[in-house]
Amino acid sequence: MTPRRSVILDVCVQAEFHTLLVVSVYLLASGHNQAGGGFAGGLVASCAFCLRYAGGGDRAVRRSISVPPTTIIGVGLLFALVTGFVSVVLGGDFLESSKLTVDLPVIGEAYTSSVIFFDTGVYLTVLGMALLMLEQFGSADGVDPDGEGAPQERASEAAEVDAAVDAAATTGVAASGPDGVTR
Amino acid sequence: MVTEQVQWVPSLGLTLGLRFDGFSFLMLGLVAGIGVLVFVYSRAYFHDGPIIGRFAATLLVFSGSMLGLVFSDNLLALFLFWELTSITSFLLIGTEDEKTEARSGALQALLITGMGGLAMLGGFVLLGESAGTYSMSAIFADPPTGTAVDVALVLVLVGALTKSAQVPFHSWLPKAMNAPTPVSSYLHSATMVKAGVYLVARFSPVFASYGPWRPIVITVGLSSMLLGGYRAIRQTDLKLVLAYGTISQLGFMMVLFGAGTPEATFAGCTLLLAHGIFKASLFMLVGVIDHQTHTRDLRVLGGLGRRWPVVAATGAVVAASMAGIPPLLGFLAKEEGLASLGKTGFAWGPVVLFGVVIGSVLTVAYSARFVWGAFGPRQVTQVGDQEYVGEDAPHPSRLFVAPSVLLAVLTVLFGLFPGLVDPTVGRAYEALWGESAKSYLALWHGFTLALGLSAIVIVLGGALFWWRDRVQRLQDSVPSLPSAQKGYDRTLKGTLEGADAITGVVQHGSLPVYLGIILLTIVVVPGVPLMMDRTMPEIVIADSPLQIVIGIVMVVCALAAAVVRRRFAAVLLVGAIGYGMAALFMIQGAPDLAITQLLIETLGTVMFVLVFRHLPERFPITRLRSGQWPRIAIAVLVGVFVFAFTLLATGARTEAPISSEYLERSVPEANGKNVVNVIVVDFRGFDTMGEIVVLAVAALGVAAIVRAQRRPDESDDVEVDDDDAPAGSPPPASLDRADGVSTEVRS
Repeated sequence: MTPRRSVILDVCVQAEFHTLLVVSVYLLASGHNQAGGGFAGGLVASCAFCLRYAGGGDRAVRRSISVPPTTIIGVGLLFALVTGFVSVVLGGDFLESSKLTVDLPVIGEAYTSSVIFFDTGVYLTVLGMALLMLEQFGSADGVDPDGEGAPQERASEAAEVDAAVDAAATTGVAASGPDGVTR
Repeated sequence: MVTEQVQWVPSLGLTLGLRFDGFSFLMLGLVAGIGVLVFVYSRAYFHDGPIIGRFAATLLVFSGSMLGLVFSDNLLALFLFWELTSITSFLLIGTEDEKTEARSGALQALLITGMGGLAMLGGFVLLGESAGTYSMSAIFADPPTGTAVDVALVLVLVGALTKSAQVPFHSWLPKAMNAPTPVSSYLHSATMVKAGVYLVARFSPVFASYGPWRPIVITVGLSSMLLGGYRAIRQTDLKLVLAYGTISQLGFMMVLFGAGTPEATFAGCTLLLAHGIFKASLFMLVGVIDHQTHTRDLRVLGGLGRRWPVVAATGAVVAASMAGIPPLLGFLAKEEGLASLGKTGFAWGPVVLFGVVIGSVLTVAYSARFVWGAFGPRQVTQVGDQEYVGEDAPHPSRLFVAPSVLLAVLTVLFGLFPGLVDPTVGRAYEALWGESAKSYLALWHGFTLALGLSAIVIVLGGALFWWRDRVQRLQDSVPSLPSAQKGYDRTLKGTLEGADAITGVVQHGSLPVYLGIILLTIVVVPGVPLMMDRTMPEIVIADSPLQIVIGIVMVVCALAAAVVRRRFAAVLLVGAIGYGMAALFMIQGAPDLAITQLLIETLGTVMFVLVFRHLPERFPITRLRSGQWPRIAIAVLVGVFVFAFTLLATGARTEAPISSEYLERSVPEANGKNVVNVIVVDFRGFDTMGEIVVLAVAALGVAAIVRAQRRPDESDDVEVDDDDAPAGSPPPASLDRADGVSTEVRS
């Protein structure tokens, strides 16, 4: 990949990026009553970051979001799990939903369901997954689109991936990856 | 008798039926009584070593499991506790996990008892299904009959005999002696190994007369008694003398309980108690000796009797109880045993009695060997390169010796005053036979056959010990018996090699073959029933003309994807097929599916492009080779099958669709108007939970693989053979998220 950049693409991405993020949140929030939902929202957000990547490579993605993808995945799972158990603590079944009524200042009374939190978990997990893929495949060959890979950044990224590898190994998935094929 | 029913898994009909009767009380006495002493003893044995916390916790779990085992009335609950004792035994044998022998001993115990436990579960299920209940008391009250029951009983026996280390499954018990001595004392002499005996005792009154039960139990028990004794009299490790002695004594108990006569059961209960007391005490003493002198070799130990009189006296008393010397509890038990076997009533009773007498002679001999070896004069000063250094071994602390002394006192007290234990044994008997005991314990029953036999046993055993050198030479000269240890080793090696061979065939690592097998399975498994059913559904070509247009576009894209040379173009075309699919969803009025499909296609294409940066721009140009025909055939088959299946499946519906119910429930129950989302996050929320976990795990897995690929030293291992890689072929992820992600993982 050559570190050639297109100004038009850059500017378009600048314009679209935030819009897409807003759309993704809209899909997440409206999903319970209209088309959308956490999964679709997460995918839209992922696409936004893909555009970011297309414009400026993995460094641009990292500039836009400093939280490591693994953390986003973890927070997402935690969100979903905690939502599930809150209803257990409140005396219902796992993931039992209830109606939430919110009094918004300008719009007036709005209602949604408690599953919005669960959906947020889905959203974050999907987004984290996409970011992780971008990070892994996007810089897999070590070519930095900007041509100025800071050593420390690389080191921290390596440590991060190592942590992810460890986490995957404990769940037993990575172990059956390349090994299973070649040995 | 106290019973308690605790609902456990009501939907499976699983109840935690607990029963507390006389026999449970006897076992409770052993498990809890000796347990307390072992805990006290462990304190002195380990001092404040780093492992004592973990050890104490595991030992407590074991105690609880063992109690659960003897209180269970439900066969499945019993099995659960049974396995728990196996697992805790594994952990306890491996307490000193830095030692190879401890680990292999633990594994051997787990494999053998686990195998037996599995057989036993099969037996329990057969028995429970034949009887229509898993409650032991109900089964015993109304025992089922038939071939299935006979098979079940044999399977149950396999479990019981492996657990009690009976021939030919006994090899794990000597190996388990690598455990710390408190464990040997508690699990491998007094309690856990008695679980098998316990089970036989429970079953025998009812099932002894059933086909295979009595012959198997008595044959195995007698063989174990003789083989254990035969091996015990030539061991040089004190602990192994006791271990083989335990196998021998457990064999004796098996014979008594397996005979299934009231008198023999009564004697068995007595022996169960007597053995628990003297064997626990003996093991504790070995632990004391080992701990203080750092050796257990009876040839180099010497002079301990003079310097540690209390320890030696205790050892002599409990060993005498094991040998059956009056007036100790062991004598009472053996007398009862011999007397009961003298009047079994079945034809080969005298043979059994003769075998038991020989076994008892061996018992006397190895008991004497133990006492003489541990506390008598030193026999040699050096064994191999290990020189005896324990001459000035420090005297053990009082706390260390107290538990074994207490047990020795008990064995004397119970022997002198049988009335102290007679009620306990009597109640245990009553629980098993449902009638009050006719026998009673007494030191003096008059001049009976049993008394004469006891005298002969003691004299012969003494002689065997006196001429031990000649016996030893004789044992050396006869060819050794086939070793169970070798059998185990060979079985284990054979299993591992077999597994290797099978893995080599099944998982040989060729992606095209894997893919071919998967695809053929997809075709064959649903395909064959599909061929059987020839009702053609009403075929609807299209609901709207737009569908036809989109369909044609998709077909063209698919064909183009198969023939284009550039990878990038192929991916884009596959993506276009996905977009077409999304358009079809839209026309059918499923905006949610359409949105998701659209986004997934987009994201999938981006991911493909990222991966393709590392691959050549074009597919390699391949000529049609003969080796490719199977692949082409499989591809065509899958295509035809999917077409036919989809066509027929649309007309195959017989039940009302589940969606109508969801549509009705959506707003009132989940406050959501988007039923797809309500299903995803509410009705099937648990599935979604699982899916996002899979998503996360798959993402981390991919990261791991990419990471591994980046390491230069391993890069060769994961190089993808271009011709074999299915990278371009699988369509990007569809609606099924979990599958979609794992497809990416594989590609």
